[in-house]
Amino acid sequence: MIDQEAEQLEEAAERLTELALENGLDFFPMRYQVCPAEVLYSIGAYGMPTRFTHWSFGKAYQRMKTEYDHGLSKIYELVINSDPCYAFLLDSNTLLQNKLIVAHVLGHSDFFKNNAMFAGTDRQMVERMAVFADRIERFSHEYGSDEVEAFLDAGIAIQEHVDPFVRFGRAEGFREADGGVKDVIGYIAGHSRYLEEWQREILYMLRAEMLYFWPQMETKIMNEGWASYWHLKLVRELDLSDSEIVEFAKMNAGVIQPSPGRINPYYLGLMMLRHIEKKEGLKALFEIRETESDVSFIRNYLTKELAEEMDLFVFKQEERVYKVTAKDVAEIKDNLIRSRTNGGFPYLTVKDDDLHGRGELLLDNRYEGLELDRKYVERTLPLVHRLWGRNVHLRTVVDGQEKTYVYDGKQLAG
Amino acid sequence: MDKRLFVIARDDWSLHRKGEIDQERHKRKVKEAIRENLADLVSEESIIMPQGDKVIKVPIRSLDEPKFRYNTQDKPQVGQGQGGTQVGDIIGRAGEGDAAGPGKGREAGDQPGADYYEAELTIDELAELVFEDLKLPKLKPKAAPDLTVEDVRFEDVRKQGMISNVDKKRTLFEAIKRQALSGGLPGAAGAAAWLESGDDYGGYDADAGSGNAGAVPAPGTNDLAGTAARLGLTLGLHSAESAGYIPDSGASVPVLGPIIGDDLRFKTWEDIRKPQSSAVVLAMMDTSGSMGSFEKYVARSFFFWMVRFLRTKYENVQIRFLSHCTEAKEVDEDSFFRKGESGGTKCSSVYELALAILDADYPPGQFNAYAFHFSDGDNLDSDNPVTVKLAGDLLEKVNMLGYGEIRQHIYGSKRLWESLASLNSPAFVQAILKEKEDVFKTLKAFFGDEVAAS
Repeated sequence: MIDQEAEQLEEAAERLTELALENGLDFFPMRYQVCPAEVLYSIGAYGMPTRFTHWSFGKAYQRMKTEYDHGLSKIYELVINSDPCYAFLLDSNTLLQNKLIVAHVLGHSDFFKNNAMFAGTDRQMVERMAVFADRIERFSHEYGSDEVEAFLDAGIAIQEHVDPFVRFGRAEGFREADGGVKDVIGYIAGHSRYLEEWQREILYMLRAEMLYFWPQMETKIMNEGWASYWHLKLVRELDLSDSEIVEFAKMNAGVIQPSPGRINPYYLGLMMLRHIEKKEGLKALFEIRETESDVSFIRNYLTKELAEEMDLFVFKQEERVYKVTAKDVAEIKDNLIRSRTNGGFPYLTVKDDDLHGRGELLLDNRYEGLELDRKYVERTLPLVHRLWGRNVHLRTVVDGQEKTYVYDGKQLAG
Repeated sequence: MDKRLFVIARDDWSLHRKGEIDQERHKRKVKEAIRENLADLVSEESIIMPQGDKVIKVPIRSLDEPKFRYNTQDKPQVGQGQGGTQVGDIIGRAGEGDAAGPGKGREAGDQPGADYYEAELTIDELAELVFEDLKLPKLKPKAAPDLTVEDVRFEDVRKQGMISNVDKKRTLFEAIKRQALSGGLPGAAGAAAWLESGDDYGGYDADAGSGNAGAVPAPGTNDLAGTAARLGLTLGLHSAESAGYIPDSGASVPVLGPIIGDDLRFKTWEDIRKPQSSAVVLAMMDTSGSMGSFEKYVARSFFFWMVRFLRTKYENVQIRFLSHCTEAKEVDEDSFFRKGESGGTKCSSVYELALAILDADYPPGQFNAYAFHFSDGDNLDSDNPVTVKLAGDLLEKVNMLGYGEIRQHIYGSKRLWESLASLNSPAFVQAILKEKEDVFKTLKAFFGDEVAAS
């Protein structure tokens, strides 16, 4: 980036920051980092620049980087929920692209700071993850990197099974009505009689990281919609040249472009917010960004009118084709909500940690209309066994019947 | 406006190499997984016909991260059209092995559904793995030195190179040297230039903040890039042999740093050619009518890999192709791999031809000779004693004779097998191939370390 452009970016960031403040946005201090593609893509793959190392991140990095190299995809913005808020700008971006990103991430920063789901997140996670990474590195040195890697494989297999309420100061999370504990990874870390101390520590680290990432999974549509809403609004208030206006329109179209087979959260979120603004005014938007998550947002604000305007539909694979099966808004909502519930992961709880009086673990899958993929049960249950050290049972529903899989250290039954 | 509301930083990220390092780790795991499946892959039908550098796809289950997942196949999903989409419209086709749905774009790969990870590799890459431990056994020095083996030797150290070839010791040494020269290294240990102190990040880690006397944050490290670079560096350090830099425990983590691009040293290699003995390999195959398509396939698949292996690893090794039914003849490579024959079987014919070829063209003082014969063992009973006799003669001229018998069913004739077993020579190796996967096993039996050691 040449000096003159750097200066212009500085000016644009200053102007955009002013505009954001004038419009009532309330964000963390911003730290824009201009960096090369490899760095941006590795942060994308790891979710954080300071995160521990694991082959699965390398796999993600390779895929993202390859797609970028082949011009298949491009990450425009990458922003970290932290105070100060870090946002990454690709050094090969044009000045205008970077202006748009600055405006966009101001929206994200405001969302991080004000949305209720994010209220319990650790804003020092950049440094905390660096400490985790150091600890894991030290364990690798002490216990062998293959050993640590194999343990991470097992921990990562259940890392999504956290209780997000833990982050609001309830150490044990909420007890389920049926007595189950949703914080599966935390429960195993605390109660497994088999784990060594360093292994417990790794599970608690994975859990802390997941709790930090969790609100982002709960608010993808809202968060991207909110940021898109603001980049459009703020950039329009900048003095742009004609050619910049054209470039801006192109880039914006690329980001919020609807794609046929799946939902673009930028587009869906943006459309919903605009619709609400039209009816209820800007003030209502600020309230919504504070209180809602994707599930409640969709439940409360996706109207028949909007579904039609956006041409939303439900489709299904039949034989070798994907076929549209419904246009009804209730069905669209049900399916969207289901795909967003619990971050899209099956809902598991620990039901018993002393089954048959032999210290066996019973996990319960609350059936909500979707069955578990058996092939993945076959491969994941042994990893839970590796953490628990004794027989593990998983109760779920298959073909309408209750069914319990058991892994005893050698084979899967059920 | 309050200037502290934003900062635009252009840090030096050149040490942020985590992505590359973990990518290498992932690639190594892919290789390991492939290595475990080599027996299947070696006998893969699509590979055997030589078609240049074709890319093959190898399904690997272990490299996907297992998690409890929904089975979303056939389950409804929400999509979005350009307007006017009607119930009953078809919006896409399910692709081969792509259960992700009709959507394109970078998120498709994140979708659950595909139940295995697919690695792509070229036949050359596969060959490299297959050949890893193979060699011509019992190779002896001979007069004609036209057989060379390629090898590499890490000798040179340069400032440019692949990150996987970083010479950690020398890189550290350069960094220490540079910092010592600039007076940036406090203390006598020579390792800890500054400590992982709480200062950098507002003191999150109380432990680390306790002993940071003498900390000298280098320019550009008081930020994200610095933290990230430190991590990348720590990673490099821990696998280095220089254990002196690695603290076992303690309140702080002394880390050498920063290492700058100029410190990096890379190992680089040079090709070396070791003069080796020269060799001739006789490929002998039964093509009689009793050899069914399975038997021929297995024999050819063995020879396919053998030829490829010999040409990859050795220069100037000569391969002669002999096929036989009741009579034996020498054929060119192409016919050997493609043409079928029919008729009865007289295995002795091919041993006779082998002896004649060795006598005529390969004086024993100058060549290492090898012979590999594949048959279904269905030989004329009266020919068995003759075959054993000739095989015995051949054994006196070759370093090794390998006999592979492809016998799918237990009720096949074992008479040739049993007759040959009486040869009782350390240079004679027999192998039974019951299924395709045995090709790899036989390759290892004939060209493996065990044989070489015996």
